[in-house]
Amino acid sequence: MGTVWFCLVAIMIAMYVLLDGFDLGAGAIHLLIAKTDLERRQVLASIGPVWDGNEVWLLAAGGTLYFAFPALYAGGFSGFYLPLMMVLWLLILRGSSIEFRNHVKSAVWDPFWDFLFCASSLLLAVFFGAALANVVRGVPLDASGYFFEPLWTDFRLGEETGILDWYTILVGVLALLALVMHGSLWVQLKTSGAVNGRARELCGRVWWGVVALTAIVTAVTFEVQPQVKENFLTWPWGFVLPLMAVAGLAGVAFELRKHDERKAFFASCAYLAGMLTSVVFGVYPMVLPARNPLYSLTVESAKAGSYGLKVGVLWWTVGMILAAGYFTLVYRSFAGKVEVESDSSGHGY
Amino acid sequence: MNDALNIHRLHFAFTITFHYIFPQLTMGLALLLVYLKTKALRTGDEHYNRSARFWARIFGINFALGVVTGIPMEFQFGTNWAAFSKTAGGVIGQTLAMEGVFSFFLESSFLGLFLFGEKKLGRVGHWWAAFLVWLGSWLSGYFIVATDAWMQHPVGYQLGAHGEIELASFWGLLLNKWALWQYLHTMLGAVQTGCFVMAAVGALYLLTSRHEAYGRTFVRGGVLVGVFAAVLQLFPTGDAQGKMIAENQPVTLAAMEGLFLTQEGAPLAILGQPDVKNRKLDNPLVVPKMLSFLTYKQWTANVRGLDAFPEDGWPDQISLLYFSYHVMVGLGTIFIAVMVVAAFLLWRGRLFESRWMLWILMVSVPLPYIANTAGWMTAELGRQPWLIYGLLRTARGVSPRVGAGNVWFTLIGFMGMYTVLAILWLFLVYREIEEGPGPEEEDPRKVARVSIPVN
Ligand code: HDD
Ligand code: HEM
Ligand code: HEM
Repeated sequence: MGTVWFCLVAIMIAMYVLLDGFDLGAGAIHLLIAKTDLERRQVLASIGPVWDGNEVWLLAAGGTLYFAFPALYAGGFSGFYLPLMMVLWLLILRGSSIEFRNHVKSAVWDPFWDFLFCASSLLLAVFFGAALANVVRGVPLDASGYFFEPLWTDFRLGEETGILDWYTILVGVLALLALVMHGSLWVQLKTSGAVNGRARELCGRVWWGVVALTAIVTAVTFEVQPQVKENFLTWPWGFVLPLMAVAGLAGVAFELRKHDERKAFFASCAYLAGMLTSVVFGVYPMVLPARNPLYSLTVESAKAGSYGLKVGVLWWTVGMILAAGYFTLVYRSFAGKVEVESDSSGHGY
Repeated sequence: MNDALNIHRLHFAFTITFHYIFPQLTMGLALLLVYLKTKALRTGDEHYNRSARFWARIFGINFALGVVTGIPMEFQFGTNWAAFSKTAGGVIGQTLAMEGVFSFFLESSFLGLFLFGEKKLGRVGHWWAAFLVWLGSWLSGYFIVATDAWMQHPVGYQLGAHGEIELASFWGLLLNKWALWQYLHTMLGAVQTGCFVMAAVGALYLLTSRHEAYGRTFVRGGVLVGVFAAVLQLFPTGDAQGKMIAENQPVTLAAMEGLFLTQEGAPLAILGQPDVKNRKLDNPLVVPKMLSFLTYKQWTANVRGLDAFPEDGWPDQISLLYFSYHVMVGLGTIFIAVMVVAAFLLWRGRLFESRWMLWILMVSVPLPYIANTAGWMTAELGRQPWLIYGLLRTARGVSPRVGAGNVWFTLIGFMGMYTVLAILWLFLVYREIEEGPGPEEEDPRKVARVSIPVN
């Protein structure tokens, strides 16, 4: 049961990254690719009706993590107290800037929210990457199952690590680039005109960065977390996951050249999904590795009572089928390129 | 560590109280939006669609704030109450995860369609979108209340090998008797907020002679729905909650009522300030024997006062608890009076001309917010010193490694950020109200006469 829930939570997190990932990416490049008010509203409209639903995947994944692995939720969340609070503040800023921008038309109001939207999305992407890297690298858990990580120590991977060190920063940058690629593909899919062109150009350039960093990060990760190597050697079929990532990355470049915006976006989804599942596969059966391997939280040691996990599978399945239905309906209804009228006061919703 | 405990509590109390400002309006308005959309569908009158669009804009602003302030709530169980989460996550997490999976997905998806998709969906489709937004928000209310109800009155659990609390009965958790009453009472409170806000905006328009046709629709809608909610708030739901407390948390009842001494034929305190040190109520105004009657339907029943319980089991904020409770009940009584009189005037066709009544409706708008907040303070302070009643003390639930300084830092951060959000919220809602629902139109009473034969 524990392993089943390990996979289900991983799927939900991956859904979050695929969906809200493009919102964050679109936000991070907002100021770069959209210059006029009309263009900026185009970018916002491309995620307007869906971003909140996408963010719900984070909540649903968090809630699921909570009931399936309470000890992980408790140890992890309190240990990452400071960065999580900052993530919350950034999420507040991002949500507010999307929702409030179009309510007032003014030469200071719009640029203010545009800047906040861009900055908060960008930082969130880096933070999420760094968070993932912290989990892979391991945290200073002790026998009590708790830890408290400062924001940084000496940026080295010693016993007393901080949230930020060279490894986590590196992954944070990779996450930013990957989501910029993902977001710019989404924006291309949903827009036309100058925004579309700039997004395309940016995507082509960022792609090289993603390739380079993916290679570097993959290589170091094997060193940083020995479990990863062990898992891939024990279960060689696991190599399909990184292969999927590589194929996705190649697909992005290929489809971009063919001007197939849809396929390019899906290729990018495959890349992100491949990367994430590789990581998850690599740390299993740990859910939160400790710097001292004795104290790592594992699927077995962190999971909740078995009755709860069993009924959970039932309602979770029903809930996910429903959610898939709503998402299909919503994405269908808003399919196609967005149209923004130049005269509409917008009213923000 | 004790020091940190209080700051963690303040942190949670501050953020949840702020969060609840928004859902109470959206849950109430969601119902009123269904009311307006139903009217639009049945009369075919565009007036109601424009009204619905106007309220949808205000709904949207509140919803956005509800979302951004709600996410910190979910995280805080892990960040600030880690020991509690570790002990009870297997149970509490069920309802919280179900809230995400069943209601937030529903609500956010259909809100997107409701706000952006009116043209694409058509009339009936748009009605469904409104209905599903209502369903989603009320479902999320249920799951969160069920979570809280379990902390007030834990059922359907068993203790695991390491003292963790495990789920033993899924339906026991979901159909907790406490949750059912608490839910109905909470939703009625939300409906009252929605009704008072809608009626107040309507009253403002009528008093200032702007958008008068809309003003009448809003006042009528707010009063018609509000009068039912106000009465049901007291009976049966408030009454039933009181009884559950008398039965399951007798010490809480004693503190809420300011009853220090156990007695037969206990009086009900209407006014007075509890003096906890000297264990008495200062300048009390009481109705003799009333408390006995209300709790046990017997004028002479014996009601246990605080003296019947060991002091370390008393709620630690007796005065605040007592005042919160009395503020809620006092306001509840006022709401019944206001709504009944307004409904009477509406029935006699005099409401829209009674400026004094419109004034009352307009200035009452903060009161349901106060009542709702006071109600939650009652529930949460009354549960102390337990985090899970009878199972886990609040002091044992806090995150062991998160020191006071860090919590101060984030508390102050939230305070600053929420102050800005509150200002923005008032500003944006004010602008919507100023701008109004749309062009002035003909008196809907004339339009209605034409459209009656249609249905
Ligand atoms: C507009 C809001 C509002 C109004 C007018 C009232 N209430 Fe209330 N009350 C709430 C809004 C609320 C609430 C916010 O919804 C609470 C907090 C937790 C809960 O279950 O509901 C609550 C809690 C609450 C509790 C405590 C439950 C607990 O400790 O767990 C009791 C005993 C009552 N109510 C009883 C009443 C009575 C007798 C009222 C008389 C009219 C009344 N309420 C009016
Ligand atoms: C919107 C409604 C709510 C309000 C206004 C509210 C208010 C409060 C307040 C004032 C406290 C502090 C009590 C104290 O420090 O003595 C508190 C504590 C707490 N409440 Fe609530 N609450 C609400 C709903 C909930 C819900 C739905 C849950 C659970 C799902 C919950 C869980 C808690 C927890 C875990 C604490 C911290 C521990 C404690 O101090 O008891 N609350 N709440
Ligand atoms: C500790 C307690 C609470 C937690 C953890 C919590 C969590 C959340 C979260 C994460 C959201 C955002 C959902 C989204 O993205 O769509 C939200 C919004 C919402 N919450 Fe809360 N919440 C709490 C208390 C309450 C209470 C007491 C109620 C009502 C009884 C409530 C009702 C709602 C509703 C209806 C929404 C939808 C947004 C809105 O209408 O403003 N919540 N909450």
